[in-house]
Amino acid sequence: MTRSIRRIGLVLMVLFLALLANVTFIQVFQADNYRGRADNQRVLLEEYERERGPILTGPEAIALSEKTKGKYRWLRVYPEGEQNAAVTGFYSMVYGATGLERTENDVLSGSSDLFFVDRIQQLVAGRQPRGGAVTTTIDRAAQQAAWDGLRGTRGAVYAIEPSTGRTLVQVQSPSFDPNLLSSHDPQSIREYYEELLNDPEQPLINRPIVALNPPGSTFKLVTAAAALSSGRFTMDSVLPGPAEYDLPLSSRTLRNWTGEECAPGGEITLEQALAVSCNTAFAWLGNELGADALRAQSELFGFDTKFETPLRASTSRFPEDPDEPQTAISAIGQFDVRATAMQMAMVAAGIGNNGVVMQPYLVQEIRAPDLSILRTFEPQEFDTALSTENARQMQLMMISVVENGTAGILQGIYDDEGNLVRVGAKTGTAQTGREGDQPVSWMVAMAPATNPKIAVAVVVEDGGQAELSGGALAGPIARAVIEAALQ
Amino acid sequence: MSTAEQPTRQRTRRNLELVLIIIAWGIGVLGTLQVGWATEEGIHPRFWITAGVVGLLAVVMHAIVRWRVPYADPFMLPIATLLTILGLVMIYRLDVAAVQRAARLDNPAPTPDVYNQLIWYGVASLLFVLVLLVIRDHRILQRYTYTAGLLGVILLLLPLAPGIGATVNGATLWVRVAGFTFQPAEAAKILLTIFFAGYLVVTRDSLALVRTRVLGIPVPRARDLGPILIVWAVSLGILVFQRDLGTSLLFFGLFVGMLYIATQRWSWLVLGFLLFAVGSVGAYLLFGHVRTRVQIWLDPFAYADAGGYQIVQSLYGFANGGLFGTGLGRGHPELVPFANTDFITAALGEELGLTGALGIVLLYGILIERGLRTAVAVRDPFGQLLAAGLSITLGIQVFVIIGGVTRLIPLTGLTTPFLSYGGSSLVANWVIIALLLVISHRARRPVSGQSTSGSSAEFATQVVRR
Repeated sequence: MTRSIRRIGLVLMVLFLALLANVTFIQVFQADNYRGRADNQRVLLEEYERERGPILTGPEAIALSEKTKGKYRWLRVYPEGEQNAAVTGFYSMVYGATGLERTENDVLSGSSDLFFVDRIQQLVAGRQPRGGAVTTTIDRAAQQAAWDGLRGTRGAVYAIEPSTGRTLVQVQSPSFDPNLLSSHDPQSIREYYEELLNDPEQPLINRPIVALNPPGSTFKLVTAAAALSSGRFTMDSVLPGPAEYDLPLSSRTLRNWTGEECAPGGEITLEQALAVSCNTAFAWLGNELGADALRAQSELFGFDTKFETPLRASTSRFPEDPDEPQTAISAIGQFDVRATAMQMAMVAAGIGNNGVVMQPYLVQEIRAPDLSILRTFEPQEFDTALSTENARQMQLMMISVVENGTAGILQGIYDDEGNLVRVGAKTGTAQTGREGDQPVSWMVAMAPATNPKIAVAVVVEDGGQAELSGGALAGPIARAVIEAALQ
Repeated sequence: MSTAEQPTRQRTRRNLELVLIIIAWGIGVLGTLQVGWATEEGIHPRFWITAGVVGLLAVVMHAIVRWRVPYADPFMLPIATLLTILGLVMIYRLDVAAVQRAARLDNPAPTPDVYNQLIWYGVASLLFVLVLLVIRDHRILQRYTYTAGLLGVILLLLPLAPGIGATVNGATLWVRVAGFTFQPAEAAKILLTIFFAGYLVVTRDSLALVRTRVLGIPVPRARDLGPILIVWAVSLGILVFQRDLGTSLLFFGLFVGMLYIATQRWSWLVLGFLLFAVGSVGAYLLFGHVRTRVQIWLDPFAYADAGGYQIVQSLYGFANGGLFGTGLGRGHPELVPFANTDFITAALGEELGLTGALGIVLLYGILIERGLRTAVAVRDPFGQLLAAGLSITLGIQVFVIIGGVTRLIPLTGLTTPFLSYGGSSLVANWVIIALLLVISHRARRPVSGQSTSGSSAEFATQVVRR
């Protein structure tokens, strides 16, 4: 019977080989297919099994994971949800992730190659991997001040450290509560998300770096810079500043916001023209310099460039081929000129940093799960927009705007040692050109003006009518942010 | 070892067995610690006592083997021990999942299964020891050929008896007496293997006779067809009345396999396969539950919300495990219904990965190979048939259940030997190991050694006479 027993053994061996082959097929070749199926709960459960790393501002977390007793072990929590939503984004089981939650996912989830050593340890210890931490460049106090000033309006604040490009403030209003999108209840997540999507005020867009608005008179900073760079003008050059400027090749005229001459006699220095925001003088200057010079100057400040901080910003732009009247209107930041709050803050920062524009960034450090620093991000130069001498003149001109001009609201700011700080700024009001829209009011400022610690741009989209409103609505917010940053 | 002093004596290799058992125990300890660590439950206060009891049972079994059957195969006991321990670890791990789930839902904590299984392991080792103590020579069993056959059939039919039969999850293969439920089929498979072996030893010569050929295929004599037809009918009966595909397949496959070994006529295999095919097609056409099983097998995802849920979750579990597994305590084996019984392989495949799954299949493979090797080595035909039959039982059962949970074949409810939660199965499979060890001892024992039970030739004659 030995032979038949051996044969039966052979049959059993074939059956067992089939088992081995089949298990291999499932676990190796079919695994991805099965893991990708929509009704496979394991993938989601797995993701929530890990302790996702926190997003920090200084030592404090603006996004962190809390242990729950639920089916999903970790819950994402945002202590100041709405205030920091433009930075953190959300982390949703239904809609994926946005903001830093998306761009830094590798680090936060612990799957980044930076954690190779930790991963080996986890493998040996058999523990769930923990995510690393991301430290932002955000200045907590300034961020708070911006949110307090902005909430209830429609607008954005963006602030940058001129010498490095570190993003200090990134706040939007209306905002959303990422806690509600990051819960474990798909039904309520869907309802809230639908509500946000259908909101005409668009709370989900990252307003400080995505919303494009006409920069209005704040663009005069670029026009003035182009004038100095041309070599034909200094801050003391005298320009025509009549009550009305006849647009070339057209019967239309451009008026000052006061309806009067910018100065008695209709002649005004460049410095004064900026201080009182003289439209006719800058329109004339625009045509003197030409569209190409304006565009070139704007591009040196960052227009027409895509920035990722790593959050993706909209590209600010100067119109492509304007005719003379359009160039005149573009020179005062109307027509088709569009800029983000981030871009206008970069203009002020470049001026404050003696002409050197720094690349804006939002992530300062990446830390391992044990909070040891794995990587620090270094400042990077974007471009040189102005010579040092011209930048100095621009700084003085911007100080004039505060001390003798439209941005008087920024007077009397003191630093933490009680010294008076000279602030440089420029106000702006712009028509969006969209039917029924309120004008957009701007405040762009940096302080201390000759060696700034902060450059800030505030934009309020439902601002009032007059040029002064730029100061009136956006001004107090800019002031609060600067004070918070200097304290 | 004593090999050096007495060249004529064969090596017993009992020390190797002990080392392997200690390794198996160590794997269990590490696995349980890993579960506690990964699920953050920590080390259970009774862990070391439990681990001690498991170790003690294993060592006692080893000691009895050393004493009663010193020449038995050294691999079978460690493999069965390792599989049992892996089962205990996974059952504990699923207990933890159940407790954590209850805590989330604010339900009272469920009673853990692992202690029941541990008690059954104790009972199993008791029976294992009893078999080794009582049965010095497996040929004694041949005396009880027909008693075993009768008892086996009665046990098989027991679940159908009114009052004590119980239907669990659609299959009527349980008996409930005084609060205890057990699956008589598990005991029946041993009794029927003894019966088949005893019966075939006597009748194999006539069954091997060939009178006619049809289309060149040798066909057995019509009057010799009786037994295979009876077994076929009983198997179909199990399928129809107890709705249990797996058990039905197990008995029929076992009988056909043993018939082939006894007669060495492959025509029996062909005939058996044909009968099986006819039975399968008939069952498919006649019975809704068989049809459903097959349809789910062909496209489980179409029934993912209903009958296919289990198998789909099982496949997701295997997929989640991938090459190296999630690690014990870190997967979600609890998402598969019946994870600690029918689907324990899916649970192990998820947390130990392909590496673990292949390892487990190979452990069974080695165990069965050792059983068949014993069958080849033993000198008496009854022992050969019995050892081969017991190995075939294990082989078919492992193939049917693991093939089922991995969708190689349609899913049928059978326990996974040694791993699955459930007393009847654990005890029965340990008895099989004990019987194989007894036969193995007889086979490997030195020929020149003193026989304790007299001349084997005499004994054999005596047995055949009855």
